[in-house]
Amino acid sequence: MLKEKDKIFTNLFGEEPWSLQSALKRGDWDNTKSLIQKGRDWIIDEMKKSELRGRGGAGFPTGLKWSFMPKDPNLNNYLVVNADESEPGTCKDRDMIRNEPHKLIEGCLLASFAMNAHHCYIYIRGEYFNEAVVLQKAIEEAYEAGLVGKNAAKSGWDFDIYVHRGAGAYICGEETALLESLEGKKGQPRLKPPFPANKGLYGSPTTVNNVETISVVPAILKRGGEWFSSFGRPKNTGTKVFCISGHVNKPCNIEEEMSIPLKELIEKHAGGVTGGWDNLKAIIPGGSSVPLIPKEICDTVLMDFDSLSEVKSGLGTAAVIVMDKSTDLVQAIARLSHFYKHESCGQCTPCREGTGWMWRMMEKIGKGNASSSDIDKLLDVTKQIEGHTICALGDAAAWPIQGLFRHFRDEIEEQLIKKTRAA
Amino acid sequence: MSEQLTTFSFNNKNHETALQILKRYPEARKQSAVMPLLDLAQRQNDNWLSRDVVEYVANYLEMPFIRVWEVVTFYSMYYTKYNGKYLVQVCGTTPCWLRGSDQVAKACKEMISPEQNTLSKDGLFSWMQVECLGACVNAPLVQINDDYYEDLTYDTTVNILQSLIDGKKIEVGSQSGRKSSKAVS
Repeated sequence: MLKEKDKIFTNLFGEEPWSLQSALKRGDWDNTKSLIQKGRDWIIDEMKKSELRGRGGAGFPTGLKWSFMPKDPNLNNYLVVNADESEPGTCKDRDMIRNEPHKLIEGCLLASFAMNAHHCYIYIRGEYFNEAVVLQKAIEEAYEAGLVGKNAAKSGWDFDIYVHRGAGAYICGEETALLESLEGKKGQPRLKPPFPANKGLYGSPTTVNNVETISVVPAILKRGGEWFSSFGRPKNTGTKVFCISGHVNKPCNIEEEMSIPLKELIEKHAGGVTGGWDNLKAIIPGGSSVPLIPKEICDTVLMDFDSLSEVKSGLGTAAVIVMDKSTDLVQAIARLSHFYKHESCGQCTPCREGTGWMWRMMEKIGKGNASSSDIDKLLDVTKQIEGHTICALGDAAAWPIQGLFRHFRDEIEEQLIKKTRAA
Repeated sequence: MSEQLTTFSFNNKNHETALQILKRYPEARKQSAVMPLLDLAQRQNDNWLSRDVVEYVANYLEMPFIRVWEVVTFYSMYYTKYNGKYLVQVCGTTPCWLRGSDQVAKACKEMISPEQNTLSKDGLFSWMQVECLGACVNAPLVQINDDYYEDLTYDTTVNILQSLIDGKKIEVGSQSGRKSSKAVS
């Protein structure tokens, strides 16, 4: 279990004010100038040593991503922070923004300096209105205190930071859709290459990082990359904020050590599964886009990138959605299919047409008005969508359905036969 | 519709705010301000966007009308009709559904209107089912205008709606008495 002294987000629940005055007492903005004076290469090197992998879902090594940014000082590089938190199950960035905004702002300065960026935009989902208000006020405090702006934190680096509110579109969490949206267009993903590190916002080199990724940067640089990598397993390091929702006695957000066993996470922090561990049916371990895993796997699996991918699921955003034995799993996944149908941007035909088709088929199966060959056809369609679209939304819509039938096909077919007989 | 044909323009305060918003983006990239300006205009216009409001924003940013209309219809938080003083958005995605969002929707059906996107008889409210609001460990929840009301049950939802009808103040956030997303002790 993660010790209190090793927690990065000591005010995750807002028990103290978010203000600068209070944040300073928690160690934010402590010696930021000296970190910058150690230089760009030192920062990127420490980030690589920390083995931090991006916290937005894809898990790409952060230090490596930063090193892709062109070093030409004549280019107008940008840092864009993805605060468009919309993956069902996920609500960690919200707490960091509303209760620890100065960790994020300090992280933005350090990351921007490391990537030769003088400008940073934080793209926050439109529904997080009150969170955006807090963030804006925190930025104003930082400007007044000279921590950002000209000669930010007396480091000699000029740095401006802005909040941009979205307006309700899950797809804008995809980094190139986010950039389109920030440019004042529909949020439709761009074809890659070019990648944002070459041509991103306004055609300039851009790195897009998740809120949690940037918010842990100050702690990594202050305590050392090796301190961070001492938690978890190799290549799966650090502390992580998990969101535990669904059928547990005490749903919550909690910062824990990476690679904690799933069962321990739920029993220690979320008061256990409703009705006890044996009442567990299945868990979606990393936000709605990753395939669910049945209880037998939940018994032993570790919460990190590699162990979850070994069981054909994923850590994603580390949003743990727990479903007990009372759950109609077909209905639970059909709800997600409806979500993806609603959120498809409509650009690629397989996704635009396929998400609606999959949802209708899932509803049909839920009503018992389907046969085994319908399931075959549905799985075939998921394969035709997966990998055939510009962005990963198509994959994200296909995987929950594949996961459901991978583990529960026999049970669902039995129910279909029963329902057919009853009718 | 006829009264909506009067020309819309930002009031003095919003005119100032709009200038501040424009400063966030490079001068040659003022199209970037389209989302915040639509939001600002919508707030001034009883939380919805009529065609002339959208035209005003298009002219303001020197954008073709259709480029702005595309943005209005792409994002779910721009409304092209009036939704009442209070717009109640019920999250129905899986984490909320698992914890009883159907009961929250039931309270809305009974107290506001049997159908979504329909004004209540007194014209005070409308409700709609929306996708994940991103507060899943405080499920189920609703968003009413700018605020989240969390950890709901059928009864607490009724209580919130009744308080709005009665003009009584309600505490924003968790309705079960806990602090933000911390586990109850």
